[in-house]
Amino acid sequence: MDNNSKKAYVYKGFERFWHWNQALLIFLLAFTGFEIHSSYNLFGYETAVDLHNKAAWAFIILIIFAIFWHFTTGEWKQYIPTTENLRAQAEFYLFGIFRNAPHPTKKTVISKLNPLQRLVYLGLKVLIIPVMVASGLLYMFYRYPQDGGIEFINIDNLEIIALIHTFGAFILMAFVIVHLYLITTGHTITSNLKAMITGWEELDVEENEAEKKDNEAAKK
Amino acid sequence: MSSMKNFTTAFTFFLAIIAPLVIVTVALRQPDGENAPLEALKAKYPIEHQAGVDHGKMEILQQDFQNPHEITAACLSCHTERGHELMQSAHFTWEREAYIPGRGITYLGKKNLLNNFCTGVQSNEGSCMKCHTGYGWDDKEFDFENQYNIDCIVCHDNTGTYKKASGAAGYPVMGESGPDFKNILANVGQPKSENCGACHFTGGGGNNVKHGDLEMALLTAGRNVDVHMGVDGSNMSCLDCHTAENHVMKGRYYGVSSTNTQRMSCEECHTEFPHLKSILNEHSVKVSCQTCHIPVYAKVNKTKITWDWSTATRKKDGKPYEELDEEGNATYTSIKGDFDWEKNVKPEYLWFNGTADHHLMTDRVDTTQPFLKINTLNGEYRDRHSKIIPVKVHRGRQPYDTENLTVIQAKLWDKEKGKGALWLDLEWERAIKEGMAYVDMPYSGKHDFVATEMYLPVNHMVSDAGEAVSCKECHTPENGRLAALNDFYMPGRDRNALLDFTGKMLLILSLFGVVVHAVIRIISARQSKLQQTH
Repeated sequence: MDNNSKKAYVYKGFERFWHWNQALLIFLLAFTGFEIHSSYNLFGYETAVDLHNKAAWAFIILIIFAIFWHFTTGEWKQYIPTTENLRAQAEFYLFGIFRNAPHPTKKTVISKLNPLQRLVYLGLKVLIIPVMVASGLLYMFYRYPQDGGIEFINIDNLEIIALIHTFGAFILMAFVIVHLYLITTGHTITSNLKAMITGWEELDVEENEAEKKDNEAAKK
Repeated sequence: MSSMKNFTTAFTFFLAIIAPLVIVTVALRQPDGENAPLEALKAKYPIEHQAGVDHGKMEILQQDFQNPHEITAACLSCHTERGHELMQSAHFTWEREAYIPGRGITYLGKKNLLNNFCTGVQSNEGSCMKCHTGYGWDDKEFDFENQYNIDCIVCHDNTGTYKKASGAAGYPVMGESGPDFKNILANVGQPKSENCGACHFTGGGGNNVKHGDLEMALLTAGRNVDVHMGVDGSNMSCLDCHTAENHVMKGRYYGVSSTNTQRMSCEECHTEFPHLKSILNEHSVKVSCQTCHIPVYAKVNKTKITWDWSTATRKKDGKPYEELDEEGNATYTSIKGDFDWEKNVKPEYLWFNGTADHHLMTDRVDTTQPFLKINTLNGEYRDRHSKIIPVKVHRGRQPYDTENLTVIQAKLWDKEKGKGALWLDLEWERAIKEGMAYVDMPYSGKHDFVATEMYLPVNHMVSDAGEAVSCKECHTPENGRLAALNDFYMPGRDRNALLDFTGKMLLILSLFGVVVHAVIRIISARQSKLQQTH
């Protein structure tokens, strides 16, 4: 163990529950979604559609809980974008990482995301996922106004909805690929993964007193 | 202590992963139990109608009738108002008043429309009217206002012995060689499927020739052929669905009909939400029940798919001849030309909003088109009233006037040779001249044959859920059932090539970037290790 580091409780119980369920649901939605897109046959078309729709509802429920959690705990502040260290962080991933350079951003309990993560996760939260949910709901329900004859919300063509939904799916999959790889770029290859499973991670010291207290409380 | 903590952590992690799986699995469970509304329908239809009157006790029906008009008079002496009713019915008038956009109010029907089977009834009434619910319609002089010209028995005979004679303009065989009319009249009642089938199964000149989904086998086949009429199922009759009020039957044939009225629909019994799965019910906004539930038609006997009149009149050794397939269906006859027959036919699919137009005798032939539409079923994706329906497309080649550009009504039939009837004299020019003269249309003296298509909605030979069309038969990128309907986006069939390419490139580049990054990391880590050891 590094002398300059200390174990900290970084990811709370709900956070981890939310993260892993989201991961599972995104994989399920991707595998079924691309089958609906006729990219391959896996579950069978009917089962794929069923699973996709059910997983979508599970995901929406999870998102509602996650939004509630973020606002009640103040954790949403983790995603406020910053330009500080942005360039340094990019340079770290492009060059520094190969020279064993130190992480330019200190990870702490109140600021656990580096500037790149802040940008990417915020983008997911306020753009990609809302677009996927909205286009997904339209995909599910676009028929009903048409059937009821409510002219002004009538959607004549599924195509634009479907294309947006498909494009979002590709973006999310690209994110997943990069995200899975970046797990290995922590202190050690597995430290990020362990942290997201157990909640605990070795962080560089420089904790303030309040955090110490938090950690003590959590240990008990 | 630490092992306990490890266990708790592992357990929590396990729970977090497994919980959504459990939730999704539970949510995915199909609703248990039977489809209650469907079971209620199944219980309803086997109940047989009991007649309230024994016609055998009616003295007026036990006379020795000399001609069928007297029989009608006897019927109408009690059923005093039914004659007027029937004279309004399309079964008698063979035409309907209809508004067609672009044409205005029209009076069209089997009486005056073209088709691409026998091409039309005009000048051939003597033969065609074997299927008219009247007596004596053999030329333009037939009196549609005389209620004694109605044939009641052809529909209401329950003995199955009444027959109209061939080539007798709708008159039955009577006298010595005729059936026992006293027995027939003692046994009149609601029409049976046999009564309807006598004409509706044999249109176009033989069993299942015209429709493909309406044929004699429906009377005896099981529910594997038709879930409703199957003798081992509900054993329903035509009238169970095609109900009638005042002799106006529900149900339309769009080879002759034009308006979205008086249609029969599955939803009337089954409602718009017949499935337990909502995703299937949602399809009903754009897809008719028949589209999935009639995967194939002509399930027992073959139906005519093409009819090429241009090869008619050939002779062998100076005589007309026939060629038969292995099942005994004529593939060529000198009087009618070449045919193709098919069995277990996959329907083609069209958008249809319940309105249709027809190519009239006075309409021009557009020779720049690959084929001429004898009837046009209106509809498109964007039309809210349109649904996808299965159709039998009957493709033909039939004579047209190359100068006047009109489709020709030819005279096919007559009682005797020498009057110009094609089927007797085997001579096109004369048959065309006689036919066109009969319909008061000019003929330039030059004819050729034009490719035509006719669209016959397929509504019968319904299959149950087990046999219904599966998702993947339409939601597939290649050669799906709906491949020809390309005015809308369908998941699983359609994609945007550029978007898919971009998406795939994005994934490949991400993967490539990640791999390259990892490789450089590994190499540089090794090098720094080497440097340390040196």
